[in-house]
Amino acid sequence: MSTVVGATHPYIASLLNGCESGHDQLSWLGERRAAALERANALAVPTTRDEEWRFTDITPLTRVPFQPAVAVPHPGADDVAKFIIPEAGVRLTFVDGMFAPELSANAGLPYGVVVTSLAAGLATHGSVIERHLARHARFEQDVFAALNTARLRDGALVWVAKNQQCPTPVQLLFLSTQKAVAAYPRCLVVAEAGAELTLVEEYASLVDNAYFTDAVTEVAIGDGAQVRHVRLQREARDAFHIATCAVALAKDANYASHAITLGARISRHDLSVRQGGEGAEARLDGLTLIGGRQLADTHTLLDHGRPNGRSRQLHKCIVGGAAHAVFSGKIAVAPGAQLTDSAQESRNLLLSNKAHVDTKPQLEIFADDVKCAHGATVGQLEAEHLFYLQSRGLSEQRARNLLTYAFGAEVIDGIPVPSLVEQLEETVLAETQSAE
Amino acid sequence: MTRADAKVLLEVKGLHANVAGVEILKGIDLVVRAGEVHAIMGPNGSGKSTFAKALAGHPAYEVTAGTATFEGRNIFDMAAEERARAGLFLGFQYPLEIPGVSNAAFLRLAYNTVQGARGKDELDPLEFDDYVREKMKLLEMDASFLDRSVNDGFSGGEKKRNEILQMALLEPRLAILDETDSGLDIDALRVVSGGVNRLLTRDNAVVLVTHYQRLLNYIVPDYVHVMEGGRIIKTGGRELAVELEARGYDWLKGKVAA
Ligand SMILES: Nc1ncnc2c1ncn2[C@@H]1O[C@H](COP(=O)(O)OP(=O)(O)OP(=O)(O)O)[C@@H](O)[C@H]1O
Ligand SMILES: [Mg+2]
Repeated sequence: MSTVVGATHPYIASLLNGCESGHDQLSWLGERRAAALERANALAVPTTRDEEWRFTDITPLTRVPFQPAVAVPHPGADDVAKFIIPEAGVRLTFVDGMFAPELSANAGLPYGVVVTSLAAGLATHGSVIERHLARHARFEQDVFAALNTARLRDGALVWVAKNQQCPTPVQLLFLSTQKAVAAYPRCLVVAEAGAELTLVEEYASLVDNAYFTDAVTEVAIGDGAQVRHVRLQREARDAFHIATCAVALAKDANYASHAITLGARISRHDLSVRQGGEGAEARLDGLTLIGGRQLADTHTLLDHGRPNGRSRQLHKCIVGGAAHAVFSGKIAVAPGAQLTDSAQESRNLLLSNKAHVDTKPQLEIFADDVKCAHGATVGQLEAEHLFYLQSRGLSEQRARNLLTYAFGAEVIDGIPVPSLVEQLEETVLAETQSAE
Repeated sequence: MTRADAKVLLEVKGLHANVAGVEILKGIDLVVRAGEVHAIMGPNGSGKSTFAKALAGHPAYEVTAGTATFEGRNIFDMAAEERARAGLFLGFQYPLEIPGVSNAAFLRLAYNTVQGARGKDELDPLEFDDYVREKMKLLEMDASFLDRSVNDGFSGGEKKRNEILQMALLEPRLAILDETDSGLDIDALRVVSGGVNRLLTRDNAVVLVTHYQRLLNYIVPDYVHVMEGGRIIKTGGRELAVELEARGYDWLKGKVAA
């Protein structure tokens, strides 16, 4: 375990300030962190000259040398109350990147379901963690995943044993409270063969600050297991949020993602789903609702590596003000992944003349007997629809809000947590009002 | 029922209107009094829907000349929603689909908005549910249409019933029903006509745009107008509809209403 040569990129160096490898008790963990640190040191901050970052200029991020929190904040239970999902029987809360057991809850999980901090999980479920941690989210070419892994101290572990069902949704709540702080949230979610899980991963803030969240989530879904994953990003409007989510599907595994992006000044969500077993199924729903000067970039990869895979993707963006949304959806079908059935739809609604969206499907198909459909639309609210509603007495503003809401409802209504559906419906109605 | 002393609800004089720079309405005059039923007939493309939508305030229809007052107010000074709140209702020839908005929520929002504007009580979701179910019964509409998105996947006839349901909820002073009968089967025509008849009082009025005399057997008009080339070229009583059914429009071409 070598200590490190300095980072080649000054901004990366500033983010890595004080980060060392070599202090882990577990050698495998130490090695993975060291490897990540090495990559973080070698990589540069991406620019718009990088193909994967063509539409997303993150220079504003690089003006602030965000540091991990030093002071441990203790928000009260009242501050956190509004984020609590009543359906969730268990909740882990992290504040500025640190586990906050006093704000977490565990209403008694059945045998075979573990929801705990990674640090605690290492003692009891070390071999599960060793099998998966930093094995799915690749950091070799991704400086932010490398940074997160190098900075890895704690995180969330959700493990569901073979053929077990987690009876209620699990909530992982990441809150930010401090200015100029960098948080490196980390989640590891493992559903063993035949297991079932509904997960809500949420990023939010208690104050309107400029801070930086660099998150990595890994989800491993075993043979025939099923994971429904709600991801809610409602960071502060001045925050930066860059996140990688890597999902590995085994044979006949089933994954449904509902990713909602509302917050942050600049946000990036990389979601990759790799079908490593036959007959796996993935449904990716996404909704981005932004306004003002926000920029939200979603990159997805559906990697059909084995035959008989199926994927359905619907990504919607509602863009107001002078905001900019990006969607890049890659679908890869490996040679031999015959009978893959994949469909992707990108639908976008622009609420103002200055709003902007870049949508880019990418198909890389190397098998011949496959179905791959994709389509993209960009439009505004239709005058006929507005008139219909106004002719029923609704004001123009009200009609616009309702139609905007209706556009997002298709994604929101699919979320398998009723209280969240209700909350988001209200948010969308309110947000569209302020986006105008 | 016509009464010479009845209050004038709608008065249109010399109305000209353009769509996309093309003149479609070329001088329309029409007076509708409380208690009256008017029918507007005429060939495809003659401007019937344009007239209806111009009155309801569709932004694509630019009024270039003429006046229209609704209960004495200049309607061209009013936004579409203000006209609706004042009691003008348009039943659409092609009702729009709004996936993602439940019919129940939409109907309640429309109802409460209009009630509020008229200084009347709004209903909470439970109260409204009872109220709307009553109205649906009269139209023999299944309550399951409340849970579906507005008109989304409704059949042609179901959409038209939903329009009349909206009329029943909003209780307009003047309803302009644009081909509400098109797409209705024989039973539905009877039910929907019955619904409209039940809503008619001495104080309100209806303008039916239709191609078929059959509707007028159910909702008996006091006046039948024939529109052609953006003008009303003939006005008569209900017997005119019977004559049109037998003879078509050709014999009227080139005539202008006296
Ligand atoms: N938005 C529009 N853009 C261009 N032309 C239009 C538009 N709306 C109406 N028109 C034209 O105006 C004319 C009158 O149309 P309108 O829909 O009023 O006819 P109508 O009498 O209702 O016909 P129908 O009996 O077929 O319903 C038609 O020639 C139509 O093509
Ligand atoms: Mg028409």
